[in-house]
Amino acid sequence: MSPKLSSEVRLEGVGKRYGEVWAVREVSLTILPGEFFTLLGPSGCGKTTLLRMVAGFARPDAGRILLDGQPIDPVPPWKRDVGLVFQHYALWPHLTVHENVAFGLRERKLPRAEIADRVRAALSQVGLEGFDARRPSQLSGGQQQRVALARTLAVQPRLLLLDEPLSNLDAQLRAQMRLELARLQRDLAITTIYVTHDQAEALSLSNRVAVLQGGSVVQEGTPEDIYLRPHSRFVAEFVGAANLLPVQVVEVRETGVLVEAVAGTRLPVPTDPTRWRPGSRALLCLRPEALRLEEAALGRGTGFLATVAARVFEGDRHIYEVKVGEGTHLRVELPALGEGRIFRLGDRIRVEFSAEGAVLLPEP
Amino acid sequence: MNLVLVRRPRLWDPEGVLVLALLLLLVAGILYPLLQVLSVAVSSDTGGFTLRHLGAFFRRPLFLESLINTLATGVLAVLFGSMIGVPLAFLTVRYALPGKAVLQTLGVLPLVIPPFVGAVAFQQILGRSGMVNLWLLETFGVTLPLMDGLGGVVLVQTLHYFPFIMVNTAAALAGVDPSLEEAAQNLGSSGFRLFRRVLLPLALPGYAAGALITFIRVIDDLGTPLMLNYTKLLAPQAYLRVTTVGLTDVDGYVICVILVVLSVLALWGSKAALGLAEYAALQRSGEAAPRALRGPSALAAWLIAAALLAPALLPHAGILLLSFSKVWSLSLLPTVYTLGNYEEILFRTPGFIWNTLRYAVLAAALDVVLGAAIAWLLLRGSVRGRGWLDVIATMPLAIPGVVLAVGYLRVFHGWNVPGLGEPLTATWLILVLAYSMRRLPYTVRSAYAALQQLPLALEEAAQNLGANRLRTFARVTAPLMARGLLAGGLIAFITSAVELSSTILLVPRIELGPLSYGIYVYMQSAVGRGPGAALGVVAIVLVGCGTWVAHRLAARGAGSLFRF
Repeated sequence: MSPKLSSEVRLEGVGKRYGEVWAVREVSLTILPGEFFTLLGPSGCGKTTLLRMVAGFARPDAGRILLDGQPIDPVPPWKRDVGLVFQHYALWPHLTVHENVAFGLRERKLPRAEIADRVRAALSQVGLEGFDARRPSQLSGGQQQRVALARTLAVQPRLLLLDEPLSNLDAQLRAQMRLELARLQRDLAITTIYVTHDQAEALSLSNRVAVLQGGSVVQEGTPEDIYLRPHSRFVAEFVGAANLLPVQVVEVRETGVLVEAVAGTRLPVPTDPTRWRPGSRALLCLRPEALRLEEAALGRGTGFLATVAARVFEGDRHIYEVKVGEGTHLRVELPALGEGRIFRLGDRIRVEFSAEGAVLLPEP
Repeated sequence: MNLVLVRRPRLWDPEGVLVLALLLLLVAGILYPLLQVLSVAVSSDTGGFTLRHLGAFFRRPLFLESLINTLATGVLAVLFGSMIGVPLAFLTVRYALPGKAVLQTLGVLPLVIPPFVGAVAFQQILGRSGMVNLWLLETFGVTLPLMDGLGGVVLVQTLHYFPFIMVNTAAALAGVDPSLEEAAQNLGSSGFRLFRRVLLPLALPGYAAGALITFIRVIDDLGTPLMLNYTKLLAPQAYLRVTTVGLTDVDGYVICVILVVLSVLALWGSKAALGLAEYAALQRSGEAAPRALRGPSALAAWLIAAALLAPALLPHAGILLLSFSKVWSLSLLPTVYTLGNYEEILFRTPGFIWNTLRYAVLAAALDVVLGAAIAWLLLRGSVRGRGWLDVIATMPLAIPGVVLAVGYLRVFHGWNVPGLGEPLTATWLILVLAYSMRRLPYTVRSAYAALQQLPLALEEAAQNLGANRLRTFARVTAPLMARGLLAGGLIAFITSAVELSSTILLVPRIELGPLSYGIYVYMQSAVGRGPGAALGVVAIVLVGCGTWVAHRLAARGAGSLFRF
């Protein structure tokens, strides 16, 4: 079963207002045919409102939404042919699994035989053959999720919208469903908009991600862009863990800048040199896994001198908290199976980082 | 696939038309008749505004006495009803004792017997020549005027209405977050102090709401005083003015206005009380475990419950006995038994039962449709002015049956139904209209509650898959609301089936009378008491079955089948 065609979605300056407050403002995005696009942000950032506007359950107060070049804002939800999988699945409790999946096909007045075929195909697609006669209340959370997905895919929509579809599943099931979603989406090549607050989901599933804050898109790009090259403190902190050190630019060089951090440590950071001037204040963003620890006596590198303040063993890794200056701590994550030694509380150490793991951010 | 890009221009919006049609119906059936009653009461002979009639009301000793008596019956029935209802509520909520379900069922049984039927039964048992007084006379040579005058009315209404107080108090007690109580215990409070300082204040608003609703029903009750032949109350006074002096008599309207004012004040009070009740259940941390009673303490609890309940269950036995008696006069028990009374009502005058079924089913069906439509418009609609539907549909809660009937007679007396050639008030349609309007608040409430519990996403999912609003309603919303709607419709049905307050004024001819009217008419003569009682038994069976089914529907509505 493959969709009729992969559609392109374009949002042009879309805004939505509740009373005086703009829940979404000036969002412009283009989602390409077949793309898996994620709207990522904390609760209240407007991501679900955006999704509901694409589905037709809310109308933009500014801008417009185009599907394959045609504006769809005046089109009522039932004529959009845009499949939405709801956060709490929204399976109809008075209908069986079969009737739930057949619902949209019956609305499209398909012949009985074709409905039966497509329901069967949709259920097998999500691995639920033989569940036809069950009621939603007789299904586990994961099975309900699959029925919701089958129900939407059965009508072969032009667009697949997923609203936090994994948020109600336990951790193990979530990981499994994540893989299945990725497989399904790849097989169907259906344009997909995925809404989540979980950065791990966003990074692992998406072709591209838009990070939202306060109703606006603050950064858009591939998962690698977002994680490795955040544009702001918000993105750096929201997507993954980040150490943020206040620094001052002391010298602008050809491929980067030299900054001065705590205790007068000077560090070279690769960055676009045209954005900085000597004397600018900035934040140095260091991912915990981009840091290494060495004994202070041995290290001759560029890093900070520090003291081990805390250590937690998490099975696959050690997490250290090291003190680099008065009131400044860094989080460092080291693989448990690495060759490095284990440090103790109070050990004097040197924190080293690779240049590509460091990003210089404007101080907000 | 091509999308329809532009909304087709429409001359009319279906939702707007629906709101307008419903508003028209509600205005005609509720607001306009009420306003007519009010306007007659404050109009001078020349048509201007005057408070002269209202002022005159307070200078007539009979009216003043009726007003005071009405307030007294309301207050006393609530007071005595609380003395029975509150301990029973406390017992059933806070303690687990063997046979608790039986106790709860017995507790609501008084509600299944219409108060005016209960009045007849009480006459037979406690009246001047009833069982008890005959026995007292034979044994001690004395009689007690238990059923005479105001006391009789208060007795009957107390024993009929206390379940309202019991049920509301029980709900309020059960709604108190157990952690609030545990917090008090943790801080050293226990026993009666705990009850007085924590439980009582938290449960009080719920109790107050129930008490005020009871007050409204008591002052609205026309059948009981008429059956007991005690007319120095407002409702019977209004009835008598209209039936003896006529529709042109201003005093009847003035009494109606006073009744409405009392009801509105009480309803407003109960709303305010319920508003207060919400904080008691702000957050719930689970059910409190009722304390188990065993052995002597369980026996004591049952004895208390039995002492409280026994008098309230007397009329059921009395009416059953009366329905099988051929001769039961000046003797402790019937002297001759017969099935003739049932033969009379089933074969010679079957009209009363058929009329009841016809009117009540039609009224309930209309209420279900109107209730569903109004609830949908309120919760899912977008047209301006739909809030008025709620306002007008709630009004009947505060409009006594007599008042609505007087308004109908005034408004529809001269209005010929198109195609029938007679005035609406000359047809049985007037009864269906009255019943459906009086009971509309029940179905609106139950439909509203059912729809409110329905996650919006269930309907959005249907629209997302291609169902328009009408299809969504038919395929998703309506089936999921069905239980709530049906439960509300059943309540409308059973309460309509035993309605007497407006029936008694609106029945055009005796052949068109329903069961309640039949009972009233039969009971006017000594020979009619047997068949009247048999009709009363039919009423009890109808109401009992209906209540039971509605209860099961409501209970299972939130149960396993439709759990989300």
